[in-house]
Amino acid sequence: MSVVASDTAKAPKTSKDWDMAAIAPFVALALLLVLGYFANPNFVSVANLTNVITRSAFIAIIALGATYVISSGGLDLSVGAMVAFVASLMILFMNTGAIADPMLMLIAAMLVALALGAACGLANGLITTVGKIEPFIATLGTMGIYRGLTTWLSQGGSITVRDRGLQQLYRPVYFGDVFGVPIPIIVIFATAALAAFVLYRTRYGRHLIAVGSNEEVARYSGISVQKVRTIAYIVQGLCVAVAVIIYVPRLGSTSATTGILWELQAITAVVVGGTALRGGVGRIWGTVCGAFILEIVGNIMLLSNFVSEYLIGAIQGAIIIIAMLVQRSLMRK
Amino acid sequence: MLRRTFGLAAAGLAASVAMTPSLGFAQEGKKVTIGVSIPAADHGWTAGVVFHAERVAKLLMAEHKGLNVIVKTSADPASQANAVQDLAVQGIDALVILPTDPDQLVSAIQQVKDDGKFVALVDRAPSVNDNTIRDLYVAGNNPALGEVAGQYIAKTTPDAEVVIIRGLPIPIDQQRQDGFDKGIAGSKVKVLDRQYGNWSRDDAFRVMQDYLTKYPKIDVVWCQDDDMAVGVLEAIQQAKRTDIQYVVGGAGSKDMIKRVMDGEKSTPVDVLYPPAMVATAMQLTAGNFYDQVPVSGNYILDATLVTKDNAKNFYFPDSPF
Repeated sequence: MSVVASDTAKAPKTSKDWDMAAIAPFVALALLLVLGYFANPNFVSVANLTNVITRSAFIAIIALGATYVISSGGLDLSVGAMVAFVASLMILFMNTGAIADPMLMLIAAMLVALALGAACGLANGLITTVGKIEPFIATLGTMGIYRGLTTWLSQGGSITVRDRGLQQLYRPVYFGDVFGVPIPIIVIFATAALAAFVLYRTRYGRHLIAVGSNEEVARYSGISVQKVRTIAYIVQGLCVAVAVIIYVPRLGSTSATTGILWELQAITAVVVGGTALRGGVGRIWGTVCGAFILEIVGNIMLLSNFVSEYLIGAIQGAIIIIAMLVQRSLMRK
Repeated sequence: MLRRTFGLAAAGLAASVAMTPSLGFAQEGKKVTIGVSIPAADHGWTAGVVFHAERVAKLLMAEHKGLNVIVKTSADPASQANAVQDLAVQGIDALVILPTDPDQLVSAIQQVKDDGKFVALVDRAPSVNDNTIRDLYVAGNNPALGEVAGQYIAKTTPDAEVVIIRGLPIPIDQQRQDGFDKGIAGSKVKVLDRQYGNWSRDDAFRVMQDYLTKYPKIDVVWCQDDDMAVGVLEAIQQAKRTDIQYVVGGAGSKDMIKRVMDGEKSTPVDVLYPPAMVATAMQLTAGNFYDQVPVSGNYILDATLVTKDNAKNFYFPDSPF
């Protein structure tokens, strides 16, 4: 990754550099699809692929926010716990029955989730920027807070949507489809398109990359580094909220273990997608591709008959490293 | 199991009432402190442990005047070792402990035992589990949890093709698998696949979706855990597959017991592995001090098969689990 980062930082990127780096994750994805076909022909069935891509929605959408935070030179370890926290509060809000009309209730609950996600992100942002605490430690702290509050809210058990009718109304948000395309997949691409537009086509996006590649230079250029970074954490919080909005209708409940280790999956998706961990480069579509790769690797393992269930973790790790090596070799050209 | 706990509680209550005229003063004077060290509520089952420990602590203290029960929860082995030491410093007469990781807590427990205190060990046993380290061992029956499920499947659907979702790669999971194999031994039940679902709803959903892709026909799912059953049922419902006849979970969560009680076809039975076992240990420990009944030894609870007929005995609507 460092190769890309220095290339783009030193020389104005040529269209050729850009293309290879951007294409690399997709090449890795294509190779995996071929591998999957040989593992089990059912792998390439439309039903399986839609299942897998739908499943990857949570990590993909969270990873979009993580792309913002990471390319601004930050890191957010609290996202997994934040999912559990925001989802739990959303369900508790739905259980209050404050609004009689189910449809209005659902919309209100989604707005509550978005507001909570933004607030959690703002907290992370302020602690790292105004509090001047290393993002790793700051978000490790908030991870503990969000996780602990979730455990407390649920008393260690689970929090479930009580109103069956409301749950039935909400279910299609995960299980439904529009012209055969599952709604979560539409949400992934819509969110990614919006994220890509903001990152590549707006002033804020350019400021974000500038802050990530060189904080000092950005500051001397008159960019408010703290503001840019804080907004990146708020974007992350909003992405978590969007993931929650499609997560809750799936099982209709959360528990203290919801979203455990999702932060690592999201960060892996971002890096596999070609974004540098040290900031300054953001690849939205690469991130989406990275999230697909992660979920597909797990799926192939399960569908194949030749991998022992004890070895799945090892093979998954190996495949991710190989995928990264394929990418790097493409980028050096 | 709950019936048994209640039975014990009722018997204890009756005994103390009966004894009041003669022994009333002596009993009030007898001061006993029981320290209870359990894992923090980090998932459904441990949440149930905390719920039942606190519930029975209140019951016991109401029953015995001089009794003080201190319940401490700890998130990991290191902090639990500290909690045990803190309890010992406060001056306890007995320790009831459900260790997060038994082998890491051996020395902390040993110290309490060496000081001559009564030690009751619950659920998770270290490699050496005899009277040098504890007086009483109370546990559920992991091999039987698998065996009861296996026998039920072999009896109800003799030719079933079964997919299995395992927990985490730790010894009790292996014991459940071995028990299951014993339960179906000699029958025509065929195991198609075993994969880890990490005792998580989301992972079980993922594994079940992939099973449904991989196998065109599945008769029965054994996922040995009620949390994972939630994810399994959602995945089946989404795929609109009608070949799956039923799902067998395990543990005895209130939601699953409710489903069994309501006679849902997809979950005809559940197999008990009750978190309330910590309360059994507490009751027996109190019995050791107040009723002079011999309680040392092993107390292994049955992995009871919960059916529509007996489900109401195991239903706890107020519990978080």
